[in-house]
Amino acid sequence: MLLEKIKNRLVIVCGHYGAGKTNVAVNLAKAAAAAGRRVCIADLDIVNPYFRTADNREELEAVGVRCIIPQFANTNVDIPSIPAEFQSVFQTDEMCIVDVGGDDGAVALSVYRDGFIECGYDMLYVFNACRPLTSEAEEAVESIRAIEAMSSLTVSGLVNNSNLGAETTSETVNRGLKVCLAAAKAAGKPVLASSVFRNVAGRIEGDVFLMDNATKKLF
Amino acid sequence: MLMKGNEVIGEAAIRAGCRYFFGYPITPQTELAEYLAKKMPKVGGLCLQAESEVAAINMVLGCNASGERAFTSSSSPGVSLKSEGISYIIGSDLPCVIVNVQRGGPGLGGIQPAQSDYLQATKALGHGDQHFIVLAPAYVQEIATLMGEAFDLADIYRTPVMLLADGALGQMMEPVDFEAKKQRTLPEKTWAACGHGNKREHNVVNSLYISPEVLEQTVLARFERYKLIEEKEVMYDGYMTEDADICIVSYGITARIAKTAVKAAREKGIKAGLFRPITLWPYPKKQLSALADKVKKFLVVEMNMGQMVDDVKVATDCRRPVEFFGRTGGIIPTPDEILAKIEEMNGGAD
Repeated sequence: MLLEKIKNRLVIVCGHYGAGKTNVAVNLAKAAAAAGRRVCIADLDIVNPYFRTADNREELEAVGVRCIIPQFANTNVDIPSIPAEFQSVFQTDEMCIVDVGGDDGAVALSVYRDGFIECGYDMLYVFNACRPLTSEAEEAVESIRAIEAMSSLTVSGLVNNSNLGAETTSETVNRGLKVCLAAAKAAGKPVLASSVFRNVAGRIEGDVFLMDNATKKLF
Repeated sequence: MLMKGNEVIGEAAIRAGCRYFFGYPITPQTELAEYLAKKMPKVGGLCLQAESEVAAINMVLGCNASGERAFTSSSSPGVSLKSEGISYIIGSDLPCVIVNVQRGGPGLGGIQPAQSDYLQATKALGHGDQHFIVLAPAYVQEIATLMGEAFDLADIYRTPVMLLADGALGQMMEPVDFEAKKQRTLPEKTWAACGHGNKREHNVVNSLYISPEVLEQTVLARFERYKLIEEKEVMYDGYMTEDADICIVSYGITARIAKTAVKAAREKGIKAGLFRPITLWPYPKKQLSALADKVKKFLVVEMNMGQMVDDVKVATDCRRPVEFFGRTGGIIPTPDEILAKIEEMNGGAD
């Protein structure tokens, strides 16, 4: 499981565009809440206009997860904004899951660098081998380094979230895990788990974090 | 690969041999430029952020005039800015590809998905007697196929081709296979202004005609090509239209939402079907007309105030009632809302 491997109260979920960060963050929050933890989830995505944590607010609040959502999320205000309430993550004793925007979105973290370092944090790099520009291990390492440079923080481990949406099979996950392990080795970091949708049949190698698909459905 | 619609537009362009992209950032299509900024240099191509939308479309004009494949992309307000350049490209008989990942309007509108540029795209994007081909993908996979087709059609008919998508399609992720596109035979670009080395007459690419007679002949020749496009290049898709009483007409992402509603209606015993134009110009008039012989009512579903309704009425000669359901301003209709409208229309049947 992924939850047991997390050492700190603050958990940053970062990664490449469309790697599935929000899915991992939302499911992690729900899993922590189910395990009896007091949980908060913060949407720090300043790059993505749609498909974000704000879409899952209702289900999260229903299980007691406190949601910090930018005031303008899912509106027509096309500006990066972080709510003042975000400061609270450094003051509470909740487990705080911070959902960061892809790639350049990690720059939003750098503002809070000192707070994260003072409180201690785990930074999960979500990896999807089926995504362009990170399908090779070297590209993933490059992406990890770029995010670390932008955020002034250090990735503590990788989560293999290799998936093809509804067409994901165990083979998709296992094949992605090989690339993820190679990237992790090259970057000198551990692979914490493979995050997998519950409906994916077949054997998954290594540790598994089971997830519901939290992406907003249009049809 | 699991890709965003916007990324697929970029990748499909590269695979179609396009090496030049000129654009200006605007939500919700900016991932496309970001993708190309990373990918184009790796294939020896150029991705240039122009100083404005107007500059970008004129760079596309110049690049295509030299015989190279070039394209531009924007979202609704940015496409309006390109309209002058597009008219000049048509007037110069140049191929080019234009992408519109629509957002809400009018004016600055909003950043959420919309289809409210239907009339602009199909009727009046530029001044002058003109048409151009408008392709409306509904699936991320279909973007891959249609982008390749767009470049081919543009070259074959020496006309702009627009890929008309919307914010939802641009932002959503689906698996995609780039091998799916059919190959076409392309004409040689004998008209290109790409250097002649004194071995032939120089080529002039221009949209200004001094003599009205010559201009008229040029426009007439262009409209002969339009006739050919209308005969040969219509694309559409149907779902359960064979025995349908109520036939939804819908395109792009909205057609997929409508399809869910059609399935739900069928489960309730209502004979619903879906007709999906893929080319919005040329419009599948004959196919819709044939459908009008069988169905009782049409229901147009769009993310706008009903911009396609008149096209359906004209195509079917108003032989069947045409009703409308839509959301606008960046609101995406839900399958349930569409189903409710189908049920209401079914109740009023006979």
